Amino acid sequence: MTDREAKWAAEDLLDRYVQCLDEERLEEWPEFFTDSASYRVMPRENVERGYELATMSCDSKGMMKDRVVAIRNASVFSRRYLRHLVTNVRITGREGECYLVQANYAVLQTLPGEETKVFNAGRYADKVLLGNGEPKFQEKIVIYDSLQIPGMLVIPV
Amino acid sequence: MATITVKPEPSVAGRVWPKEGVARVPYWVYLDPEIYALEQQRIFRGPTWNYVGLEAELPKSGDFKTTSIGDAPVIVTRDREGALHVLLNQCAHRGSRVCRDPYGNSMKLQCIYHQWNYDLKGNLTGVPFRGGVAAGDHKVGGMPADFSLRDHGLQKLKVEAVNGVIFASFDHNMPPFRDYLGETMWYYFERIFDGRPLRIVGYVRQKLAANWKLMFENIKDPYHASLLHVFLVSFGLFRADQKSKVEMDQTGGHSVLVSRKGDQKASQGTTDMASFKSDYTLHDPSLLAGRKEFKDENTVVMQTLFPSLIVQQQTNTLAMRQILPLGPNAFELVWDFFGYESDDQEMRKIRLRQANLMGPSGLVSVDDSEAMEMCQKGVAAEADANAFVELGGRECNNEDHMVTETAIRGFYKHYCHMLGFQPGASH
Repeated sequence: MTDREAKWAAEDLLDRYVQCLDEERLEEWPEFFTDSASYRVMPRENVERGYELATMSCDSKGMMKDRVVAIRNASVFSRRYLRHLVTNVRITGREGECYLVQANYAVLQTLPGEETKVFNAGRYADKVLLGNGEPKFQEKIVIYDSLQIPGMLVIPV
Repeated sequence: MATITVKPEPSVAGRVWPKEGVARVPYWVYLDPEIYALEQQRIFRGPTWNYVGLEAELPKSGDFKTTSIGDAPVIVTRDREGALHVLLNQCAHRGSRVCRDPYGNSMKLQCIYHQWNYDLKGNLTGVPFRGGVAAGDHKVGGMPADFSLRDHGLQKLKVEAVNGVIFASFDHNMPPFRDYLGETMWYYFERIFDGRPLRIVGYVRQKLAANWKLMFENIKDPYHASLLHVFLVSFGLFRADQKSKVEMDQTGGHSVLVSRKGDQKASQGTTDMASFKSDYTLHDPSLLAGRKEFKDENTVVMQTLFPSLIVQQQTNTLAMRQILPLGPNAFELVWDFFGYESDDQEMRKIRLRQANLMGPSGLVSVDDSEAMEMCQKGVAAEADANAFVELGGRECNNEDHMVTETAIRGFYKHYCHMLGFQPGASH
């Protein structure tokens, strides 16, 4: 795979990933990950200070599914519309079979009847399996600058 | 508890407490800017011990962090000799914020505006052009001859570090922290903070569109937990039909909810819990895998320390929740998750996994965030109406069950005392 092909494949994966979240097809969300993948949403201050705490963390694909079941059946929150914007996608290196992919993102949130606000902004630091078969995340770390979360962060980023 | 100097008056800020006493909470306590200002003055800047951080956040000389007490910005420092200080973050010159970073390490504090320098104890150590500027053979300008550095330090608060936890007060006559808690509350505090060195696991922060007291009351209200939280109820993490109790200190201001994990099974109690789902299972049960780590069998100990600290134990997830009021209609909630230096690798993982229950994305706490914001929206509709808080009676007694609002009544008993209200006085 050429660098250009790898970048295109990573961008396409991210585009489909955020579209899935924007359309709230949450049951499909874990399928963007390999079976041994992990997912973390972390405040930038913890990353910079070497603290491991994540706002949301899934050590396994099972935990991702559990997160979705909880969002659907166990959590109480108001309806909201989300719109993810992803930009500056670049491949920063290789680690084993994975490509290291970085991107900036912003999430716009609209609570019905209210104005649209920038809800969360930060960067993705991902390990992505490209090559044979469908591209998938082996690891996804969402590092957000918006340390003070307005209200709650329910839907994965 | 400190001697309260506020004299009870029938009317405070033009408001009179409902005649039913603390079994009612008037909605204007969540809305009125004058009440908010009075809380800042008489509670947060009054005779209370306020949480400002953990010693593990400032291990070295020169370490500092900034935070707030109520809405007053403060700097917490560790000086050259290792002593802790808490200082109002306001320059003695023109009032500018002196320390602009959330945390760091520095041996001095310097205001950017006119470069007044302070040491980490808050003493003023230098003022540029104090002696004026040379103009030929003499000097012009500068401070008057009677200017003394000693008269212009940062405002210093009283500080007490208790087994790794740092508290501060604007009131220099505060009794020791342990006396402020009383023996019952001290027992639960020392259960977590027994002197073992603590380890910071990390922070999460959220801003909620609700009055700060709604957060504090939420942790004094076991009634909602069995109803609102599907996750807690279904997995038996906290349920009204489990062995539990609600205890308070003498004043009613501090309280603790204590419970222990039960099984995921139906009982007589679950018939009232529409949230109970007996067939709810996890794909990856390691999320809830825990370990006994305290001397008793209690798996939930939620302690509220007046005015605005929550000490959280839910199984193995430990956190300080610091409530920072931002006007009557909003507050910031800072979660300092911690463990112990002695935690092994497995325990570190357990704490990280269980942290999924709490915080801005918490499988449990998201529900509370939503409920508090809905409360704030709701009460704004009619500020002169009252909340009805009579579950478990109208008194403020300790109870050995969860079907009670006694700790909310206890909180308002002490709140009224601090602000000068006379709950239940004849009108």
